[in-house]
Amino acid sequence: MHITIDPKKLPEPVMQRSAGYWQTVGRRFLQEKVAVAAALVVLVLLVLAIFGPWLAPMDPYQSSMLKRLKPIGFPGHPFGTDELGRDMLTRLIVGTRLSLFIGITPVICAFVIGSFIGITAGYTGGWVNTGMMRTIDVFYAFPSVLLAIALSGTLGAGITNSLISLTIVFIPPIARVAESVTTQIRGRDFVDAARASGAGAFTIVRVHVLGNVLGPVFVYATSLIAVSMILASGLSFLGLGVKPPEPEWGLMLNTLRTAIYTQPWIAALPGAMIFITSIAFNLLADGLRSAMEIKQ
Amino acid sequence: MFGKGGGVVRAVDGVDFKVFKGETLGVVGESGCGKSTTARLLMQLIIQDRGELVFDGQTVGGSALPLKAYRRQTQMVFQDSYASLNPRLTIEDSIAFAPMVHGVPQGEAVARARDLLARVGLAPERFAERYPHELSGGQRQRVNIARALALQSRLIILDEAVSALDKSVEAQVLNLLLDLKEDFGLTYVFISHDLNVVRYMSDRVLVMYLGQVVEIGDSETLFNNPAHPYTQALLSSIPTLDPDRRTEKPPLAGDPPNPINPPAGCRFHPRCVHAQAICSQQMPVLANTAHGQQVACWMHVAGSAHSLAPAHSSGLAPEEVA
Repeated sequence: MHITIDPKKLPEPVMQRSAGYWQTVGRRFLQEKVAVAAALVVLVLLVLAIFGPWLAPMDPYQSSMLKRLKPIGFPGHPFGTDELGRDMLTRLIVGTRLSLFIGITPVICAFVIGSFIGITAGYTGGWVNTGMMRTIDVFYAFPSVLLAIALSGTLGAGITNSLISLTIVFIPPIARVAESVTTQIRGRDFVDAARASGAGAFTIVRVHVLGNVLGPVFVYATSLIAVSMILASGLSFLGLGVKPPEPEWGLMLNTLRTAIYTQPWIAALPGAMIFITSIAFNLLADGLRSAMEIKQ
Repeated sequence: MFGKGGGVVRAVDGVDFKVFKGETLGVVGESGCGKSTTARLLMQLIIQDRGELVFDGQTVGGSALPLKAYRRQTQMVFQDSYASLNPRLTIEDSIAFAPMVHGVPQGEAVARARDLLARVGLAPERFAERYPHELSGGQRQRVNIARALALQSRLIILDEAVSALDKSVEAQVLNLLLDLKEDFGLTYVFISHDLNVVRYMSDRVLVMYLGQVVEIGDSETLFNNPAHPYTQALLSSIPTLDPDRRTEKPPLAGDPPNPINPPAGCRFHPRCVHAQAICSQQMPVLANTAHGQQVACWMHVAGSAHSLAPAHSSGLAPEEVA
């Protein structure tokens, strides 16, 4: 009953040249118009953040008692002036760098620390997992705004302290996502196959776990940038973050609130910037997620 | 330790068997009877609570044969051809991973991976840089087989390795396995619920029921003269295409008992047509039959309290029962 089949003679399926995973993701991402538009907005914001001081038409700190709270379209000040007569357009542009910095930095720090915690807990499993994740849950139980304000208030006002408190706020959700994805990957047969080949835990995590876990966690972290910017602005608004006269959108919103009845449009401008930035990051994260959801 | 220099297995649930060098040992049984657990124990993905695994006369995990050295000798092919490949690695990287773990330089490991891909019938220049989702189930299972061979292992555990493939692809992969066995001098532990496939592949067959070995013997002996009532029921469940030889025997009724709380005595007795008082009281051990296989059944223990057992300890089995 032994039938010999020469494997070389088997019909081979016709396939076109293989595209790598990231090439496929890129192609799919480019097909989503909303996500591409969001990516362009983010790109503009990054350009403003990097080159803002050179692009801005005026000195962001130059005040003028004669030109306070001028409306949008005032000659020489296309976006009007703030309560100290400083050019709003200049301050919005120059403020991009600081606003993005305090919005993105905590997410990057939390991504690194949270992924490390989540992957360690998820791959180790057992009581190590339980111990780590229940500790994380204690932080997770607080509303994020409350936790950020409490930590920031305890540490004291200042940019560094608000970055630290926001990082602590974002570690628990990122660690949870990393832990759940890692636990799921760990149960797959290819991890067992890697164990069966004699690889140690560190090698398995490096080669087989990281590549499968960091993608989804990164997308989740991208969506947190919007939250982070809003929280950072909130901290600045409460006087716990950036100090005047630094141009930062949250702080500008705070100082302009007194002008809300006289120049509501001027007062709304920093809020609009925060809104545009957060929605752009959100849509970008959405687009990335759907582009990465390739049948595996 | 053992004449032919094979391996000996003692697993947690009292499973005790040998695999001889160069043979194919088929393992059959119902779903949930412990086939896959046995495979994972053999691969040491699960570590047994008691008992030991002896390979080439050396205890696995002992000083003479550490776990990593054992894993060079033994590899496994999993049932789910997709889940057993990392979706983010090209297939040549997946195959080259194990040799690199054991210190083979990357270039050499990739070259070996490409050789093996050619050997399993996948042209390396077309497939090596592909990702698993671009391959069909049969192609992925070929990749898994190539990966299992990458360490030049001698014992390959095939855990339902062809069960998820359609019949024509299954036949190709089975024949590939037979060719590879011949070319590389491999030993297979072939786990399957498909009795025809096991008969086609195996030199010897081991029948498991509820985490225990009920019968073990040469493939032809066991298929022609099944001794254990469970094996008989299992074999009579194979459908035949000949209407004159249609199955007349009653099929096996009921579901297997809860393995957490297995029945006392012989674990099969609640479903066995020959069950008597002794069967629910004492657990039978493997004993030789006249046909040469070993069976765990009181009907085959000479002088036991079972009415169908031979009268005295001549080692003779009763005439065909059932």
